[in-house]
Amino acid sequence: MADKKWPETWQELTPGGMVFRPGSTMGYHTGSWRAEKPVYDNSKCIKCGICYIFCPEACVSQDADGYFMADMDYCKGCGICAHECWPGAITMIEEG
Amino acid sequence: MAKLAGMEIAFAAAEAVALCRPDVIAAYPITPNTHIPEHLSDIVAEGRLDAEFICTESEHSAMSACCGASGTGARAFTASSSQGLLYMGEIIPIVSAMRFPIVMALGNRANSGPINIWNDHSDIMSQRDMGWMAIFAANGQEVVDMMIQAFKIAEHRDVMLPIFVNLDGFQLTHMVEPIFFPTQAQVDKFLPEYKPYAALHPDNVVSMGSLGMPDIFNEFKKAQDEAMINSKKVILEVWKDWEKAFGRKYEPVMSYKTKGADVLLLTMGSMTETASVAVDEMREKGMSVGLLDMKLWRPFPSEELKKAVKGAKVLVVMDRAVSYGGPAGPVCAEVKSLLYGEPNAPVITNYIIGLGGRDVTVEDFVKMTEKSIKAKKEKPEKAYEIYGARGS
Repeated sequence: MADKKWPETWQELTPGGMVFRPGSTMGYHTGSWRAEKPVYDNSKCIKCGICYIFCPEACVSQDADGYFMADMDYCKGCGICAHECWPGAITMIEEG
Repeated sequence: MAKLAGMEIAFAAAEAVALCRPDVIAAYPITPNTHIPEHLSDIVAEGRLDAEFICTESEHSAMSACCGASGTGARAFTASSSQGLLYMGEIIPIVSAMRFPIVMALGNRANSGPINIWNDHSDIMSQRDMGWMAIFAANGQEVVDMMIQAFKIAEHRDVMLPIFVNLDGFQLTHMVEPIFFPTQAQVDKFLPEYKPYAALHPDNVVSMGSLGMPDIFNEFKKAQDEAMINSKKVILEVWKDWEKAFGRKYEPVMSYKTKGADVLLLTMGSMTETASVAVDEMREKGMSVGLLDMKLWRPFPSEELKKAVKGAKVLVVMDRAVSYGGPAGPVCAEVKSLLYGEPNAPVITNYIIGLGGRDVTVEDFVKMTEKSIKAKKEKPEKAYEIYGARGS
């Protein structure tokens, strides 16, 4: 039987809800409760990395060209990156 | 061979725990259980027991240390009473939810205030719904026996739950009694080495105590409840094994002279022995009275209790704690809820006695029984009575 992602019934729970799969929270995409998402305008980006430093979720990463992007599986839409981005490269738009 | 020794029961409890070879003992002293960890610290210091004795700075830390120790797969023990237990309170439901088989000797004492160090059951009753198993000893021999049984019950793979071994403060903790001690070899045979279901270790990664969101919390609680209900099977097994090994019988509800009795007294803890003397006296006077002693409190011995009260006309339930403004004392409320709707259920009367160390005498039991027999004809004014309160 293929491994189930999460227990469905009470019988499937391990005693005490112990978790034996290391890194299993990687599969738990906490970005689902986001209301707004950051949109990057790379023409304004100066690659300073402020968004990367300030992201409380640590979900911002740098691509091969040095530009930044947020991982939408984990971004909660807090808007700190947009607030801190002083060149104004990031805008928060409503999640569609 | 087992040897008979006269010993203070708290010391005896410590000796019994030492026979179980715990790995970690974390405790903070509070009257009246103090002598138990105190004597255990002596045993560890003397080199008789190879265990970590952690002198914590509070009960909250003592239970936390036991929790952590149990997580690493150690056999953990602690002792507490009253306010100390309440101070542990935050960790108490966590260790049961995490299914850690910690054993606690609970020297039962009244919750303050007014400040009072003497015995009643208000401390354990406040922790009734925290997911711990709870058993009650009636004398020193039972304290020693139950301490050893407790580890075996708690650690059983089908149980994995923490357990309170209740012993009445002073009435038991500070009393000197002759007690049979099993030998180390006998205990080693009865209680195998603890093999944890899982243990925190870098080579075998496991997360314990994770977050339970609303979409899994119900299921988690259902699983926990089922574990508690199913633990009774193991408790019965362990008690049978004990009887086979040591000849002393333990049952969830013990009966004394109950055969054909019209009136049954129901007690827990040390008052059982006084009540049994009262039953003897009343039987001599020709009264049809018997005694039930509830040894198992959680999981609740529903089937056993239903069977035990069958045929009785009056059931006198003794509580040693108040559920302020409640429908009855905590024990009686559960007994009534169990027997509700049962055909030919006895008339139930409820007395709250022996609060904060107030003496409970043979005469008290006789008086309560006589009152209860009257109550069978005339409906009692109140569902429960705080017995012996002056002015009432």
